[in-house]
Amino acid sequence: MTATALADIDLPFTKRTLANGLDVIVHEDHHVPIVAVNVWYHVGSKNERPGRTGFAHLFEHLMFEGSQHYNAGYFPPLQQAGALLNGSTNADRTNYWEVVPTSAVDRALWMESDRMGYLLPAITRERFETQRDVVLNERRQSYENRPYGMVMMALSAALYPPDHPYSWMTIGSADDIRAMQLEDVQDFFRTYYHPSNASLVLAGDIETERALELADAYFGEIPGGARPRRIVKGAELPSEQRLLLEDRVELPRLYMAWHSPAMFAAGDAEMDLVGDLLANGKTSRLYKTLVYDLRIALDVSAHQSSREIGSFFLLAATAAPGCSLGDIAARIDEELHRLAGDGPSVEEMDRAVAQAEAHFMYRLQTVGGFGGKSDQLNAYNVMKGTPAFFVADLDRYRRATRGLLQESARQHLRFDRRIVLSVIPRGQHTLALPGSTPVSAS
Amino acid sequence: MRRIDRSRLPDVGPDPAFVFPAIARHTLRNGLRVCTVEHHSVPVISFTLQVDGGSGSDPDGLEGLAAVVADMADEGTGALSAIEVSDALARIGADYDVDVGGDATDFSLTTLTRFASRGACLLADMVTRPRLLESEFVRVRQLRLDRLRQLKDVASAVAEQTFLRLVYGAHPYAHLPIGTDAGLRRVTPEDVVSFHARSVQPSRSTLIVCGAMSHDDQLREAEHAFGGWASTGVSNGNGTAAADVMPANTPVTRLAAVPREGAAQSELRIGHLTTRRVTPDYPALLVMNALLGGQFVSRINLKLREEKGYTYGARTSFDWRRGISPFTLQTSVHTAATADAITDCLAEIGSLRGTRPPSEAELALAKASLTRGYPRGFETAQQVARSVAMLSLYDLPDTYFEEFVSKINAVTSADVVAAAARHLDPSRITTLVVGDYSAIAESLRGLNIGEPQLHAVEF
Repeated sequence: MTATALADIDLPFTKRTLANGLDVIVHEDHHVPIVAVNVWYHVGSKNERPGRTGFAHLFEHLMFEGSQHYNAGYFPPLQQAGALLNGSTNADRTNYWEVVPTSAVDRALWMESDRMGYLLPAITRERFETQRDVVLNERRQSYENRPYGMVMMALSAALYPPDHPYSWMTIGSADDIRAMQLEDVQDFFRTYYHPSNASLVLAGDIETERALELADAYFGEIPGGARPRRIVKGAELPSEQRLLLEDRVELPRLYMAWHSPAMFAAGDAEMDLVGDLLANGKTSRLYKTLVYDLRIALDVSAHQSSREIGSFFLLAATAAPGCSLGDIAARIDEELHRLAGDGPSVEEMDRAVAQAEAHFMYRLQTVGGFGGKSDQLNAYNVMKGTPAFFVADLDRYRRATRGLLQESARQHLRFDRRIVLSVIPRGQHTLALPGSTPVSAS
Repeated sequence: MRRIDRSRLPDVGPDPAFVFPAIARHTLRNGLRVCTVEHHSVPVISFTLQVDGGSGSDPDGLEGLAAVVADMADEGTGALSAIEVSDALARIGADYDVDVGGDATDFSLTTLTRFASRGACLLADMVTRPRLLESEFVRVRQLRLDRLRQLKDVASAVAEQTFLRLVYGAHPYAHLPIGTDAGLRRVTPEDVVSFHARSVQPSRSTLIVCGAMSHDDQLREAEHAFGGWASTGVSNGNGTAAADVMPANTPVTRLAAVPREGAAQSELRIGHLTTRRVTPDYPALLVMNALLGGQFVSRINLKLREEKGYTYGARTSFDWRRGISPFTLQTSVHTAATADAITDCLAEIGSLRGTRPPSEAELALAKASLTRGYPRGFETAQQVARSVAMLSLYDLPDTYFEEFVSKINAVTSADVVAAAARHLDPSRITTLVVGDYSAIAESLRGLNIGEPQLHAVEF
């Protein structure tokens, strides 16, 4: 019944690749007179080198400072047009988007193409240094001055060897950010910011033919370049490693992290579902056990963090006052053992698939912004090589079985291949799991 | 191939026509007001039950009660236990959310249209007939007490709570919805039952339905799910009494600090109480806020971030309520830049109503940004439902959406200056710093707005 009722769920599009290598994808949706412009560059912190970490993200900031033919900031002419705009960088990609009234599509494409083709003349030393300070403040605000804010740095460094591009965080190290030079900007721009390493989506109140013509007119003149080689690099954990990190926190928190299948690889959707059945909602196994029944934890989360080269699965639980991380760890291990032994119940599978179907439908509600239809089409195009993956993506969840989930949990959530990190209030080492090695993150 | 002229930016065309959603209003026999709105894009439907009374209705000494009662809605109803409620929500892929504001509490549930009946009935059961079991209450309260304990380490939360207390004093709006440790500890299971009986009543609630169904079908779902909801008969006032309480006219704390040793940044809140959401100055204040700090291209963000690099971002906003509402600048700045950043912020707020009125270009940018971007907020059923809920909360007319653009466009530079002069007063501004006090105390004294009043972290 569920499969037929949602048979019409789809994300249709037209794709054309320009002569310079730029992929252009158009999706029509005329409900509201707005158009989403969304550009992905296939570059992220994975393309950095040790000692230069944080550069891809700093570069994203520079993309908002203006370009050769409009050299007074990227925001003013677009905000004046009624646009909402933003950008973000992660390990794998950098994205930029505007949502504009239909009447301002030309302006958005003019601006977006100008910074793709003509950024460098606008980047002065002063702008570079100011944005370097802004990024250092972003780092302080989002990581250093936030409880448990340094955890992902410690975990990334523990999960991957130092030469693996996922061993550092996208924000980068503060020392590396301070050491960055204006000269590095040019090389980075020429290597990664060109049409053949980018993908453009126009989604919303625009006719496909007109969108394709406009894209060609604005972006067609920009010379293409060599597509950077995909990075392939394995990583595995030889054993369980127990670590402890001190932080300015009231309550200890336990993290467990494992390597897991790469984005869209076999087992990726299954691990996503495993995360849901472990810790999404009161009915989930770990929430019910740790938070609802035993009340030894205040919260628990479990997520498959899907990434291009290889993913990780992360579980976290905060201890209730006076409760021990050891008790929490023991209960988690019990549940993981049970899952690997018996797999999910029929009810758990029904619930998980119903939720996945609804959430795929919710994803069709907005044309722009982070996670809107334009962003999804680009994600599929850049990571799968085709935007035609929305239904196939949902099918990964529809086709997941109890046996597949059990097998995924058994294979990937092994006790002897994981990081177990205790985060504890400063100076209270006895609150960590026994045998934990202190680590620092700065 | 068409050649692009890069010597000038393309003009923006005339604003595209947009038909704002039509709201149909109904009243059920039990007194529940129902708004239905058709929204046909994807087969999704959203139900929002807005109940008068929010954290401003917390009885004195029981701060946090309204939020606990709201939280208890999904902790069991009728034959369903808390776990079974969670299961029922998951089975229809529902997105359930509770928003406790100062004046009202919004319970919303979004689901696929084919689950509309199940979703509406579940929401009705949860909100109007919760079990409110003592055992669940004890657990929920403990989670909230523990959450308060964790918030002590979150600089932004410390700043929010302390700032509200500083500007509101003894007013019912003077705390966050989560309340205080002392208040939560005093709450009893009987308080929860009696608060629910007093406040969650059809006569003081509005149901907003929005989604891919006809008005008639939406009304039928509303009737079916909420038609049997009877008033408790408990006399209850109007639920928005907090809005009528005038804040005491006490001397202003100009400068306050919460020490946070070794903090990498100072979390700042700068502002004071202003006026009510329904003020006739609202359009002028919206434009004023946009150009002062309400968007990326605003005086304060451009100064602190783009010129000085002191912060990742700075913004201003009105925290609107039915009663007197605060205007606040918020940012987080590098410790070493704290005093300089405060000087810049105060100068920007002060100069708008004095030496530096908005230029025509600034005004045009702020207005165009507000008006041209307006239809964007009507894309999803949830967004539309939220907008209609706002009309209901502030008693705004159904023509509000259509009139918005012309009202903003009518605002002049003189209107902005006059509104700023009426509602912003540099001599009444409170500046709060949550940061490494020993590192910045000396420079704070140099601001010449008085000796910093020190506060402990207190929830």
